[in-house]
Amino acid sequence: MSDALKQTREDAFQEPACATNRAKSAAERKKGCAKPLTPGAAAGGCAFDGAMITLQPIVDVAHLVHAPLACSGNSWDNRGSASSGSMLYKTGFTTDLTELDIVMGHGEKKLYRAIREIVEKHDPPAVFVYATCVTAMIGDDIAAVCKAATEAFGTPAIPVDVPGYAGSKNLGCKLGGEMMFRHVIGTQEPARTTAYDINIMGDYNLSGELWQVKPLLDRLGIRILGSLSADARYRQVAQMHRARVTMLVCSHALLGLARKMEEKYGIPYFEGSFYGISDTSEALRTMCRMLVERGADADLIDRCEALIAEEEARVRAELEALKPRVAGRRVLLYTGGHKSWSVVSALQELGMEVVGTSVRKATENDKARVVEIMGTEAHMYENMAPKEMYATLRASGADVLMSGARSQFVALKARVPWIDVNQEKHEPYAGYMGMVDLVRAIDRSLNNPVWEDVRRPAPWDESRAFAGARPRIKDRCPVSGISNDPTDFED
Amino acid sequence: MARLTRPRRALSTNPLKTSAPLGAAMAYLGVEGAVPLFHGAQGCTAFAMVHMVRHFREAIPLQTTAMNEVSTILGGAEQIEEAIANLRKKADPRFIGIASTALTETQGDDVRGELAEIMARRPDLADIRVVYASTPDFDGALEDGWARAVTAIIDALVPEIDPMWRDADLRQVNLLPAAHLTPAEVEEITRMIRAFGLKPIILPDLSASLDGHLAEDWAGKSLGGTRLDDIPAMAKSAVTIAIGESMRGAATLLAERGHMPVQVFPSLTGLKAVDAFVAALMRIAGTADAPPAIRRDRARLQDAMLDAHFQTGGLKYAIAADPDLAYGLSSALAGMGAQAVCCVTTSAANPIVEAIPCETAILGDLGDLEDGARAGGAQLLISHAHARHAAAATGLPLIRAGFPINDRLGAQDACRVGYRGTRAFLFEVANAMLAHPHAPRPEDFGAAPIDPEFEHDRPQTAPH
Repeated sequence: MSDALKQTREDAFQEPACATNRAKSAAERKKGCAKPLTPGAAAGGCAFDGAMITLQPIVDVAHLVHAPLACSGNSWDNRGSASSGSMLYKTGFTTDLTELDIVMGHGEKKLYRAIREIVEKHDPPAVFVYATCVTAMIGDDIAAVCKAATEAFGTPAIPVDVPGYAGSKNLGCKLGGEMMFRHVIGTQEPARTTAYDINIMGDYNLSGELWQVKPLLDRLGIRILGSLSADARYRQVAQMHRARVTMLVCSHALLGLARKMEEKYGIPYFEGSFYGISDTSEALRTMCRMLVERGADADLIDRCEALIAEEEARVRAELEALKPRVAGRRVLLYTGGHKSWSVVSALQELGMEVVGTSVRKATENDKARVVEIMGTEAHMYENMAPKEMYATLRASGADVLMSGARSQFVALKARVPWIDVNQEKHEPYAGYMGMVDLVRAIDRSLNNPVWEDVRRPAPWDESRAFAGARPRIKDRCPVSGISNDPTDFED
Repeated sequence: MARLTRPRRALSTNPLKTSAPLGAAMAYLGVEGAVPLFHGAQGCTAFAMVHMVRHFREAIPLQTTAMNEVSTILGGAEQIEEAIANLRKKADPRFIGIASTALTETQGDDVRGELAEIMARRPDLADIRVVYASTPDFDGALEDGWARAVTAIIDALVPEIDPMWRDADLRQVNLLPAAHLTPAEVEEITRMIRAFGLKPIILPDLSASLDGHLAEDWAGKSLGGTRLDDIPAMAKSAVTIAIGESMRGAATLLAERGHMPVQVFPSLTGLKAVDAFVAALMRIAGTADAPPAIRRDRARLQDAMLDAHFQTGGLKYAIAADPDLAYGLSSALAGMGAQAVCCVTTSAANPIVEAIPCETAILGDLGDLEDGARAGGAQLLISHAHARHAAAATGLPLIRAGFPINDRLGAQDACRVGYRGTRAFLFEVANAMLAHPHAPRPEDFGAAPIDPEFEHDRPQTAPH
């Protein structure tokens, strides 16, 4: 690892805004906040993966992966971030290094040429260049190549120096944000600013989740000036420093970036979530209050309250209709998001019983909320291996598992309904309308007759009677001469 | 469960139904060395033949008694005799299946009586088996004509066994497939029966005649099918199995001739339906277990059901088909959480219509399919190839099932029965939905479009 990268990594571990980090001793802090990776028992993506997750949803940028094929080839075009404009972000660009490139040290030259080819063919507002394990190890200086390319072609080439071996996916998300702070944020000025401009960080517009919330912001006159990186344009990242307030969505990873934005540009931030009814309302309230503190008209708060009252009433009416279809059913919740308690309370409101929830990325505060809502801490789970989860699923008698795609088959192979609630999901569940969609999805899955069918015993596991008919023997018996009278008593 | 409704109107728009004589001809083609003969005007035959040629992509040996104005008035007996004699000279068929048409039925020819006289008068024609089924175009649909032809074959060629001297072959099974089963489907059912060590006699057997194989010689008659010697031997089978409710009549007749038990399976699509079939085969074979291949196929189907239920759960679709086919596909989809918002069917004669999982079954046409799909918010259409116009008009994907499928190759290879076929069908439905992904847009959620000032100011050539 280069000294510069090592320094970046260490800085990322010193996060004064993070409560968990503050609570650690100096020695513990140095070890880093990413959980150590265990050979043979690790699951989850690398730092490069994390950086891609954070930055790839910037839709008009060309994302160029400087690596042998696997890094991009095995991962491109597999995320559900939606775009309302350019589709360039869905194009898989890689330098596809060969053995010869690596042995002969042709990597930097190939990268430079690759950037030129992208600029000539696609003319994007910027090219993001991702370092990976191999190219970092052989010492390709992507920062220098990017600098030279930027000067030569007039299109910013942004180095994202976050190779996979730097650490976990979570660290990669963090460092991806850090790269934006260093190279992109503050490089362009907006044509106009308003007192209602906000940044949204840590949302990736999966299946259009941002758009489930955006109508609420539209009605309040709030403008998303900066976005990292839901349906984002490069400009929205470059102009983030001019927003009034930053909302940090469900993300500890970008906390460092939010804090730095506050220190350098004076933009206050808050953590919020758009999953669940109460969380959505709370996020809107906080957002409006902070905007007013930063110079927006005071009536924004009243308008916000009116909107919340109206929307909550509407969503509760819609949910009421669905309630009989899900009430009394048992849910096991296993999500990556640390705000699972907000979904728990929403499901409980529907009369569903939450038999357990994961608290993998939750803070102490969040855990306390879970205990408060569920009444006991017996049903909180940390990391769970698939085998354990299978056992828990069976033991708890859960009717449905809500989790990420990784545990999909744990549920399906146990013949238990499963709802995708992680980043690979194909349906948006954000905001008020998303809650209705989520409950519809639960209803659709839980009440699908397929479960009864797949649990049915096979023909060789049960005995069945003959279901056909035997024709009556006609006329009379040739031996006894007795006629076969259909009105006669027979067997 | 469906209530059958008959729209009160005079006009049929984009017909769904194929009439009975064609079904009878198709059934006759499943007998070895056969030439079907329409007793009617030349055009009846020409249209039906072209229809089948385009579906199967094979030469179809369909002949006609070529009724003219005079014979229509004076009676068509001579035409029939001449047709049989000419066919003998030209094609030397082993079997001739006659199907009446609307014309001769309206006129009122007593074909059965005339035929008996002809055959008595002409010993030179005695080596040809001639069978007659009454199939007026104005009564019933393709599956009814098919069923009547099979009933006629059994009636004419299967002898009545004396129950006292019945010498049943306990491994031999009669299989009567309904009209909607493709050659590949008949083959799959046969494979399942054979897997239990049983020997099926299939009547009619399209899998041996219209499966689309390249023959060594030009025949001018059917290229395979049920062997003529096997048909009388059906009386000795241990049991008769019919697939499709429309075959109940034929199956009952056959069982009475041979004094054997009979079981009708309304459908072999869907886990539950196939389980019932496998359970029956196990009983007939006298085993408490199934062969490994069958067990594996079932486990694969279960896995496919789990994979596909994400697409089929809550899926709204509209279906238009003959009753047996409509029931088979819709009952399998109902088990997967899909909802039929519209079902159009062709024949009131089949009681299975009442079991179709849809509120109503309209005795109607493809115009009803289009209207019903729109009104019910369908996401998918299932019908034969002519529904492509409804699909184009509504912008919905179409799964082609039934007859005719004249705008695609491989109609004979579609297999939607058994564990394997059900699995393929579920994938087909799920893929039809995946092939029409809905890319979310801000306006879907009522969100305003993004501020244009954020957009990149140079035109981009995105490769999408």
